[in-house]
Amino acid sequence: MSETAQPVGGPLLTRTYNVLVALGALGVALIIWRFFVGLGGSTALSDGYPLGLWITLDVVTGTALACGGYALALVVYIFNKGKYHPLVRPAILTSALGYSMAGLSVAIDLGRPWNMWKIPLYVRNWNLNSALLEVALCIMAYVFVLWIELSPALLSKYQFAKRILPILDKALIWVIALGMLLPTMHQSSLGSLMLLAGPRLHPLWNTPLLPLLFLVCCLSMGYAAVVFEATFSSKAFGRKLETPMLITLQKAAAWVGFAFVAIRFLDLLFRGRLPLMLTLDLYGIVFWVETILFLVPVFFVLSSKTPSLGTIFRGAMCVALAGALYRFDTYLVAFDPGPGWHYFPSVSELFISIGLISIELAVFVALVKRFPILAGFRSES
Amino acid sequence: MDTSRRAFFKGVATAATLSVIPAVAEAREKIVPRADAVGLLYDTTRCVGCKACTVACKKANDLPADTDGYGDGLYDSPEGLNEYTKTVIQLAKSDNETSFVKKQCMHCVDPACVGACMLGAMYKGDFGIVSYDASKCVGCRYCEVACPFGVPKFEWSKKAPKIVKCELCRTRLAKGQKPACTDVCPRDAVIYGTRAELLQDARQRIAANPGKYVQKIYGENELGGTQVLYLSHVPFEDLGFRFSETESVPHVQQSVQHGIYKGFAAPVALYALLGAVMFRNRRQEKEEKNDE
Repeated sequence: MSETAQPVGGPLLTRTYNVLVALGALGVALIIWRFFVGLGGSTALSDGYPLGLWITLDVVTGTALACGGYALALVVYIFNKGKYHPLVRPAILTSALGYSMAGLSVAIDLGRPWNMWKIPLYVRNWNLNSALLEVALCIMAYVFVLWIELSPALLSKYQFAKRILPILDKALIWVIALGMLLPTMHQSSLGSLMLLAGPRLHPLWNTPLLPLLFLVCCLSMGYAAVVFEATFSSKAFGRKLETPMLITLQKAAAWVGFAFVAIRFLDLLFRGRLPLMLTLDLYGIVFWVETILFLVPVFFVLSSKTPSLGTIFRGAMCVALAGALYRFDTYLVAFDPGPGWHYFPSVSELFISIGLISIELAVFVALVKRFPILAGFRSES
Repeated sequence: MDTSRRAFFKGVATAATLSVIPAVAEAREKIVPRADAVGLLYDTTRCVGCKACTVACKKANDLPADTDGYGDGLYDSPEGLNEYTKTVIQLAKSDNETSFVKKQCMHCVDPACVGACMLGAMYKGDFGIVSYDASKCVGCRYCEVACPFGVPKFEWSKKAPKIVKCELCRTRLAKGQKPACTDVCPRDAVIYGTRAELLQDARQRIAANPGKYVQKIYGENELGGTQVLYLSHVPFEDLGFRFSETESVPHVQQSVQHGIYKGFAAPVALYALLGAVMFRNRRQEKEEKNDE
């Protein structure tokens, strides 16, 4: 196994790849159409449910799954576990793509995107009380930081970069530190954001601890995402799997998920809201689905010291689903705008989201094949 | 390695203490109505449901007719507030009784929409009127998520959409006129004045006819207080007022936010800590390499 990253090589336009490109093209066509017909004509959004699939899936859930870079950076740079270093580059790439797509989704979702540039520049108008402002500024900055973190991988094969890269290397720890600070800030603020839904958010979700819960949630999802990405790369590119590392990362995902459940239950206990979870309505049920999905991986971890790859994968899947569901519920299901409002995404909303995810995957595959991102694979050359 | 881990945990514990505890302990100061706050007083017992206010509002604000409701596309027949309608009269059922109820922006003392808005497109303007400035609006619709009364509406049908909501006819007020809805009401069911005057008036009406009204002025304290006040002969929940808590919506969120970001100290501390731990790890690595 080689420790240093190398391009995977091989032909780009495989059959699967063409499907991704086609779905991406459909998505782009629909995005252009959305700007011609407006949001009313292209989405199922309403004054009752002003935030829909794009925000909930691509931004709120997508960025949490893109926290692999953040979660792994904590392991490698803070807990100083250098052996995980080969997993960092692909995780950073996944994060950079996930966050870039989230940014693009926001631009599509905004009613007046031509005013977007004012967010970072109208400093005098900044409303520092707005959790959304914090999220917007942090995500903009973080996209930038992620691509800088990734730039050595992308630039190393070009001559002009030979001078810049050593300088960048020295400064990089401060960029990486920023790459850990920014997600801590905006992932928690994604939770604070829904504090403003206030009494319209179901009491099982509405708690002053929303920022902490969202932060813990994104860490567990980040570890799960690294497990996914590593498994995917091994299946797709014949990369050698570092099973012991994946076991540890899956353990991290499971125990952070457990911490999430523990914090949530203690909070509900202290505020006398525990009985609410026994109500057998939609809210009670989705609450338990979230909780059980978070706890199943802990059971996996406790039941076997050397789990099979399948078990590791399923554990990661549970954590990712649990976190995704928690975020969907906080933004859509547990949000009650009052009688008479309904929301289910329109076909074009769905295909724009699918298109964006396809583009994300396609760019990932292309970059991995042409640039030194992955380490430890059996090279085809 | 272990020392750096310990240092990190210590740092995290400090950061957590810095952020969470003050958030819980130091709630933000309660916002009180300003002295010159103006608003409306609506009285269900006086309203006959003629909808003259809806028509006058549309005229004054240059809003198009909403023909989507009943009437086969012939009548302006809004069923609720929407992108074409800043005020509306609805019929509410309450046991054996019915009541009309007028809906428009409540002009909260501590508005959630203003707390939500990134660049202050939604702002508390002169006389505490919750006003909108489209030039700073990116169309994120977070104000709609935040408003507990479901007031701000988005122009879904437009390619350059804005937020639509009652701004208490602030352009008319500037010309010395009253809000259009109060100008045309034949029964003075909705009147305009300073919040203090209106509260006094409302209290007098209840005192003069205690049997006629629910013994409460909605908006005096609800959700931190509003500048639009309501008197009713049926329970307020039946009029569509879902919430009766007195804490304003932004109160909790801003207490938490201010707790975490007070003086921006916690993020700076965390950044310094992360950088320091990494710097130290890297130096240790170099030393280990040199030793070999």
